[in-house]
Order: sequence, then structure tokens, then C-alpha cells
Amino acid sequence: MVDKQRVDEATGTKTVGHEWDGIEELDTPMPRWWLWTLYATIIWALVYVILYPAWPMLNSATEGVLGWSSRGEYQKAVDAREAELEPIRQALVSTDIHDLPKNTALLNEAIQGGRSAFKVHCVQCHGAGAAGSKGYPNLNDDEWLWGGDMEAIEYTLIHGIRNPDHDETRFSQMPAFGRDGILQPNEIQDLVSHVRVLSNREQPSASATRGAALFEINCTICHGNDAKGDRMQGAPNLTDAINLYGLDRASLTETITNSRYGVMPRWGQRLDAATIRMLTAYVHSLGGGEAAPVEDASAEQAAATSEGETPSDEQS
Amino acid sequence: MSNPEEILDPELKLYEKRKGVYPKAVDGTFRKLKWAIMAVTLGIYYITPWIRWDRGPYAPDQAVLVDLANRRFFMFGIEIWPHEFYYVAGMLVMAGIGLFLVTSAVGRAWCGYSCPQTVWTDLFQHIERAIDGDRNAQFRLQDAPWGLKKIAKRLSKWTVWLLVAMATGGAWIFYFADAPTLAREFFTGEAAFVAYATVGVLTATTFIFGGFMREQVCVYMCPWPRIQAAMMDEKSLTVTYKDWRGEPRGSVKKAEAQPGSFGDCIDCNQCVAVCPTGIDIREGPQIGCITCALCIDACDKVMDQVGRPRGLIDYVTSEDAELEKAGQAHTPVLKTLFRPRTILYFSVWGAIGMAMLFAVGNRTRIDISANHDRNPLYVQLADGDVRNAYTANLRNMENRPRTMEISMSGLGQAVLWSSEGARETAGQTVTVKVPADSVGRVRLFVAAPGAGPQREEFSFTVQAEDDRTAQDTHDVFFERPERAE
Repeated sequence: MVDKQRVDEATGTKTVGHEWDGIEELDTPMPRWWLWTLYATIIWALVYVILYPAWPMLNSATEGVLGWSSRGEYQKAVDAREAELEPIRQALVSTDIHDLPKNTALLNEAIQGGRSAFKVHCVQCHGAGAAGSKGYPNLNDDEWLWGGDMEAIEYTLIHGIRNPDHDETRFSQMPAFGRDGILQPNEIQDLVSHVRVLSNREQPSASATRGAALFEINCTICHGNDAKGDRMQGAPNLTDAINLYGLDRASLTETITNSRYGVMPRWGQRLDAATIRMLTAYVHSLGGGEAAPVEDASAEQAAATSEGETPSDEQS
Repeated sequence: MSNPEEILDPELKLYEKRKGVYPKAVDGTFRKLKWAIMAVTLGIYYITPWIRWDRGPYAPDQAVLVDLANRRFFMFGIEIWPHEFYYVAGMLVMAGIGLFLVTSAVGRAWCGYSCPQTVWTDLFQHIERAIDGDRNAQFRLQDAPWGLKKIAKRLSKWTVWLLVAMATGGAWIFYFADAPTLAREFFTGEAAFVAYATVGVLTATTFIFGGFMREQVCVYMCPWPRIQAAMMDEKSLTVTYKDWRGEPRGSVKKAEAQPGSFGDCIDCNQCVAVCPTGIDIREGPQIGCITCALCIDACDKVMDQVGRPRGLIDYVTSEDAELEKAGQAHTPVLKTLFRPRTILYFSVWGAIGMAMLFAVGNRTRIDISANHDRNPLYVQLADGDVRNAYTANLRNMENRPRTMEISMSGLGQAVLWSSEGARETAGQTVTVKVPADSVGRVRLFVAAPGAGPQREEFSFTVQAEDDRTAQDTHDVFFERPERAE
């Protein structure tokens, strides 16, 4: 190839001897500092290899003199964030839950924290948007089986629902009217008709009228004379637009025949008090959160006065 | 280990040491122009961050501030938020087209006069001449053995260079924080690490690029000379040695001895001596020529001395060069300057500028964007109504806290409340206090009767209570469940 070298006339520079379709390469020398930058990168690489993890070994890489690791950096960041959050956690635990809504800043912190904790512990049943599904309550709506003020939500979180071997858990048990032979299949169908009439899903019928009589005997103890439920027992309101297991005939038949037994873990034994309070604030903030029970008393009175009227409305 | 250079033809060197450039001092029209441009550009660079501009108690009082931490860009009366970055993009487009315009009209004027590399190299070369002396003294000092005098001169030169470099790197950071505060923190050691690191890096690059790399940056590192070479055409001004007039070269004595056989070039080498990039302009246009025109100054002076007409080296378009060679008159300057290409560049440049001015003049400083909750899309309420939730961002781009009112329209029988309120007290509007120059975030709930279309479009409108003339509207959807039953 060297024999093809020649001096380019225009520039006076030698060519390297390569030629591609008439295009030749001039042999212009590189600037010497370019070489220095190459040496500098080599020195940099040597220093780097000594200071930082570099050579892959069987189980891990060489550790490096500085002891740096990406996992260590991550842990440092996590620790720093934990330290930052510690005062908030302490403030949350020491604040009375009735006072939390008044402390907007703390409440917002709690909601943020709750949103994260919810994504770890709660989405498996309640869904990422807390909208639930059949058998798993939607936490966004304004229907609460066991109460929707902060204190009630927190109690449910700590003690769970129908948790075995735990005295304080929220507990109730609807009889399996069909399976245990309390009601005959045709009676259950009448009851289904009545319940559907209660929530305006069916027109009144003879079957529903028979069901009304059965309802009064079998169901009012828990669901109330007005069928509006009882939060002390987690008995759902049967007259509104929301129902956990569905208000179609098949679902209702299944519910009355075999009963339902929804369970929620008691998070009190798994999560610390601050995280539980954050979850409480988050669930309460989703849109259906109710005011504290002090104000609830008047609401209950209002409900009580309307109770007298409702049955007569439904009878008509 | 054998040296790679031994394997090859010994004449072919793989690497080449930089040839030192020791430009001679020169005076003339273009040198004066360069002085003026250097004063203006350096003045703008060092002084700008210290100009104050009163924006009231809620915004910084620095005229030009790139507030990266708070994501704001202040430039005198204009404040730019991150979502308005297209103004910056527009400025960059204008800068690009402006360079096209300048290059197609007057060639590499950017390289020769206003490129920072040129300005700082020029400054460093002046310092060099002040300490080491002019070209010949610099040669002598370079060749002299290391002695007390040489060490003293080198140390003092590098010290002054370093001071200039530190001032340069130091000035940069003042564009990114309140200059007086940062200056105080910087010298008391309280500034952020990134401030010292930035100053350190920029000091090093200024010192190395201005003091030692110089024309190597233009020749080896910078892409712009190549791009400009492609941008120039036969009507672009460029520094030209008129070889048809100058060749063959010969001294005045030779010309006197043999009249008529020599050109105007007396081969005095002054054009090479003053060149800051160390090239010989008589070899024709080349990548190393930044068209600073100092060779024109040098040559004109010599031509005056020997009594020949000026302009042996001159700014000439290559078209005019051909005409002149053929003994014809130059194309009129106006005809060269105003040609379709330059007019097109100027029109695009001007149109973008006018469009941006118009946009800045008409922009509102209030803004709402509302995001519908993705999950769940809707919530069935106990009484049969349906609730949708939205997260609204309210931009208050004025430098004062404002109370804003969000209203909705287009959704009959619906009520609106925020996370601060409750459905029982819901109405048609929600008021939110948004701090000065910031984004307020509010969660909005809308409840409407369950009967209705599955998807209904309506809109949120935001107005500030202190200025009802400006408002912004955002269209959103209201979702209802599929009616299976």
C-alpha cells in the first residue's frame, strides 16, 4: 500500500495510500494534545478502577477503595428521606385524630404518605384507584358499612373485619338462609323481589309483597325496619344505589342462600401507628369521607326523624 | 516496545506538536472594530447579572436570571415558565437563522469578531503581549533557556490569565442565582458545591482554551467552520488575497530593478505575522481563517508605506474577485446584500421574531388544566347520583398572590366542590388561593344525576378575582357507568 502513497498537489500533504473509487485519504497528522487526552482517559480509567467497583468476580464485583455502591447510595437516600419524614410521623401519632382535619399541612402530608402505603398494602383487594370490585368495597363512594369518619376508618384498619382470634375486630355474620334451611328457595325468590323493589330496581309485584312480610321477620333485626342498614353490625343499606355484592337476582339469591363473609386483615399488627393514620387520612380524602361523629349526632337525629316516614313511603 | 512512528514511513508523523502562534500587534480599521466588539461583548457578559429590575416583593429583582431551582427564566420585563420554553426555542431558532443570514451576507463574521473563543483568545493575546512583549520578543523568550526572567514572565502571564479565567467562570454562575447574595456566599465559602464546581470547570476551560488551545479549538473542535463553509456562496464576503494583483511577489527593490515583472505583494510577511491563527492568507481561503481581517489592517499599512493602493488583501466576494480579475467593476453592494437568499433568511428570522413578540404581548398569566381521574372514572353515589373527580392545576403567573374562582359550564344540574369543601355545601364555583408566581393544585369533585349520557363534555373556567378580563378554560369529560340493567 505504501507504494501507492503520493503527495497531494493541492495541499502538499502525503496520502496514506488508501483509495476508494478515486477518493484518497490525506495523511494529516493528529494534533499531539489529542494523544494526551487519550493518555488522560487511560489514567482516569486506572484511578476509577481502583476507587470504584469495577472488575466482575464470581459473586460480585471488586469493591473499590471508596466502598461506594449504588445500593449504598440508594440506602443513604432512603435513610435521609426517612429522617426527613420522622417528625411528620411523630406529629401524626401524637395528634388527636379529631384534630387532624384542622391541621391542613399535616393532613396533606398524611394523605401523601397514605397514597404510597395504599399502593403497597391495599391495592390487592381495593384496586389501584380504591374503587374495589364485587365483594371489595369501593372506598371512593359515600356508602360505609362500618362508618366513614376518620375514627371509624382507623378502627377498621387497625382491627380488620371478621378477623379470626381477635376480639376487637369488626364482626357480624348474616345467616345462610337457604343453606341452613331457614327459608325455602321460593321464599328466597320473594325476598329477592322485595329487596330489588326497595332500591327501585323492580316494580312492586305479588312476589315482592310476600317478600316484604318475610323481610320483616328475618331481616329487620340487622338491616332495620327501613332497610337502611346498621353500621354497628356492618349491615348494608339496601335502599340505595350501592351494593357490595350486586343487586341483580342471581347475586342476591346467592347472598341470601349462602350468606357472605368478607374479611379484611387487621393492619394494626403489621403496620405502625403513623402509617395506619396516613392510610386513614388517604381513604377519608377519596371523596366519601364523613365528618367526625360529634357533628354526626345531629345527622343521626335527622336520620332518626326521617326513619318514621320512610317505611310508610315504602309501603305505599 | 517499538514506537508506532517507526513502523511507518519516518516522514509521516502520526502526531504533530502545535506550532506556536505569536501574532504581532497591529492597528487599523478592523482592529478598532474588534476592540469595540470585545468591549461590548465582554461588558454584556460581565455586567448583565448585576443589573437590577424591580418586580415587587414576590419575585427576584435581578434583570436577567435563569432560576433553575424554581424553573423560572427572568429577562427584564418578561418571565418565562417551563411550559413557555418555546420562546427560548424560538430565540434559538432565530439565533440559528441569524447566523445563516450573517454568514451568507458577510461570511465568517461570527468567527472573526464575536465568538467567545475569538474574543477571549484575543484578550489573552493582548495580555501576552503586555507581559512578554510583541511577536519577536515572544519568539526570543520562547527559545530562551529557563532562567529567573523567563520563570517570572511565565508565572506573571499565567497568573493574569488565571485571574481573567476565574472572573469569566465566576461571572457565569451569577446568571443562575441572585448575584450579590451568591457573590457574598461564594467568597465566604457558603455557596453550593455546584457553584464552585462550575467556576472551577469554566476557569479551567477558559485558561486552557484562551491560553493554550486557541486556534486549535476552531480547527479541530468546532463544527461551525465546516457548517459555515457550506453556508457561504459566491456572494458572501470573505477575506481575500488578490493574487492576480499581488503575484508574483517581489520586494520593492526587485520591483524597482525589474519594473513590470512583479505584483503589488512585496512579500513582507506582515499578513502572516499579525494572524491570530497563524495562517498565510495568500494561500487562499482555508478552514483556519476566521476572517478577523487583521491581515487587511497590516497589509493596508504596508501598501500606504510603499505608496501602492490599499486593498491587496480585502473583504471581497468570490464573484467580485472573478469580476475584478477580468478587469470588470464589482457588483453593487446593495445587489450583493439583497439577494433572494438573504431576503429569505431575513424574512423567516423577522417572521419568527414578530410572531414571538405578538405571542408574548398576548399571553395570559392565568391558566387551568384539569385532569380527570383515571381510576376510577366515576363513582356511584348512594343516592343514585354519579361523582367524577378532577385534579386541576392553576397557574398564577403574576408576581402576587391571587384568589381564583373556578366555575363549570355545560353540565346541567351538577354541583362542584373541592377537597376542602363537601357535597352538602357544594355550588357552582370553587375559590382557591394561589400563592404568587406558582401553581396551585386543587382536587375538584363534580356530582351530577345518574341519568344521562355515558360521556358528557363540559368545561372548567378560571378567573382571578383581581382581574376578570383574563380567563382560561379547559374542556373535560363527565363519565357515567354503563347502564346494564
